[in-house]
Amino acid sequence: MIRDITLGQYYNADSVIHRLDPRIKIIASLLYIVELFVVDSFIGFFYATAALGLVIALSKVPLSFIFRGMKALLIILIFTFVINLFMIDGTIIFKLWIFTISKEGLYAALFMTFRLVLLITGTSLLTLTTKPISLTDGLERLLYPLSKLKVPTHEIAMMMTIALRFIPTLLEETDKIIKAQQARGADFESGNLINRAKNLIPIIVPLFVSAFRIAHDLAMAMEARCYKGGEGRTRLHPMKYGKRDLVAYVLVFAFLASIILLRIFI
Amino acid sequence: MSIEVKNLCHVYEAGTPSESRALEDVSFTIENGKFVGIVGHTGSGKSTLLQHLNGLLKPTSGQILIDGVDITADGTSMLDIRKKVGLVFQYPEYQLFEETIAKDVAFGPKNLGIEGEELENLVREAIEMVGLDYEDYKDKSPFEISGGQKRRVAIAGVLAMKPEILILDEPTAGLDPRAHKDVMDMIKNIHEKYHNTVIFVSHNMNDIANLSDQVLVFAKAKLLKDASPREVFAMKEWVLDKDLDLPDVTNLCEALREKGFDLSETIIDIDQAEKEIYDIFK
Repeated sequence: MIRDITLGQYYNADSVIHRLDPRIKIIASLLYIVELFVVDSFIGFFYATAALGLVIALSKVPLSFIFRGMKALLIILIFTFVINLFMIDGTIIFKLWIFTISKEGLYAALFMTFRLVLLITGTSLLTLTTKPISLTDGLERLLYPLSKLKVPTHEIAMMMTIALRFIPTLLEETDKIIKAQQARGADFESGNLINRAKNLIPIIVPLFVSAFRIAHDLAMAMEARCYKGGEGRTRLHPMKYGKRDLVAYVLVFAFLASIILLRIFI
Repeated sequence: MSIEVKNLCHVYEAGTPSESRALEDVSFTIENGKFVGIVGHTGSGKSTLLQHLNGLLKPTSGQILIDGVDITADGTSMLDIRKKVGLVFQYPEYQLFEETIAKDVAFGPKNLGIEGEELENLVREAIEMVGLDYEDYKDKSPFEISGGQKRRVAIAGVLAMKPEILILDEPTAGLDPRAHKDVMDMIKNIHEKYHNTVIFVSHNMNDIANLSDQVLVFAKAKLLKDASPREVFAMKEWVLDKDLDLPDVTNLCEALREKGFDLSETIIDIDQAEKEIYDIFK
């Protein structure tokens, strides 16, 4: 059950997208989000879908894997669709009892759902093709100018690295604790909502204890290896832009320009 | 309770790039009341096997019969299986969560629907069985006692369910030598008192040789050997080749034999070694 969550997961493959510098991937993802909000027509969305499809094909991440992660978000998608469908007034095209669907509502529902699907797929591609470590490295480098303003960029990046690094560990820990309590006859799958919430106590308490233990051990291990923050710290693999990254930058900005042109002229 | 495992296979995350075969065509039988040791490297499939035995994992293919009842069939009551088969995980102290030790130990039997005086008696018996004084410990927090004691309390939590088959995954991992001996003695006592079937995973060949009637050797998701400890440790080269080890007493007797002392082959029993060495010097 817990293993089905692919959001934020890394998919191991060897592709052009995987090999890109994390900085360009972060910037491209941010621009992509902005672009999705610039787009105001279905034509624009089809254009964006085509571009996204190309990137997915290049990334060698199977579509089934991407959509598996989306299953968890299905409820949000359906919710958005239904709310938009019924709540927006306008020319009524369908009426049953108290439910009315307007032309504008249908349009908005499809539009918002389309946008959300593209948003989720596109941004999940970032974590699917970038190792968490290089992701936070990239972020640290991008935030570097802020450190001149006394923003603790290294600490922020380190906290994110650790948080990302420990998601699988904590999931595994949760899985183990659930099984251990199940072995003692605990039932997490039936009963009403209040009972189910109560049944979580035997999972949550040991999980918190574990999380604190792991955090404590990690802090000790880091200190033992003389970690003292970002100052004067060098990198094993310094990030350098290659030819491939420059090409990617050109393509990303060309796409941004084309989206803006599309909005103005269509 | 006898256990029969037939052609058990388990594949993790089938159909993804991280697909891995944890068990391949494993078959064996454990008779009622036996003490069984399981050895093998980390990642050889031992823990996966144990989780199948009380229904926590469903096999990809194959069957598990407990007293002739197929627990992999649809509609088997999981609570019944969990009552019959008690599983103590590795580092079980990490599953403690209640305010007091007595409440934590009561969690299992309570889930089985036991209440009142019967529940208290079970909890008392389980806590005393693991060598702790009930009156002294029942109201203490499970988070304020030592590591070895936590381990005992966690084992008591499974014992309180009165399982007819007790399974322990590396019950002494990370314990100091004293606590190690205490826990192994305790398991031996439980077996002698309840005559239940005990299955334990261990990397300690001395414990395997001392306690088990039957040894299952796992490597790379396969069951390589199902034999008595004497038969297993008689194949010295094979054991070492599988990156396992011989019991200390066997190593000692082999070293003595190489020096020309007249001892029997493959001694795994300390008492036998003592007697034979004594006879030589008499």
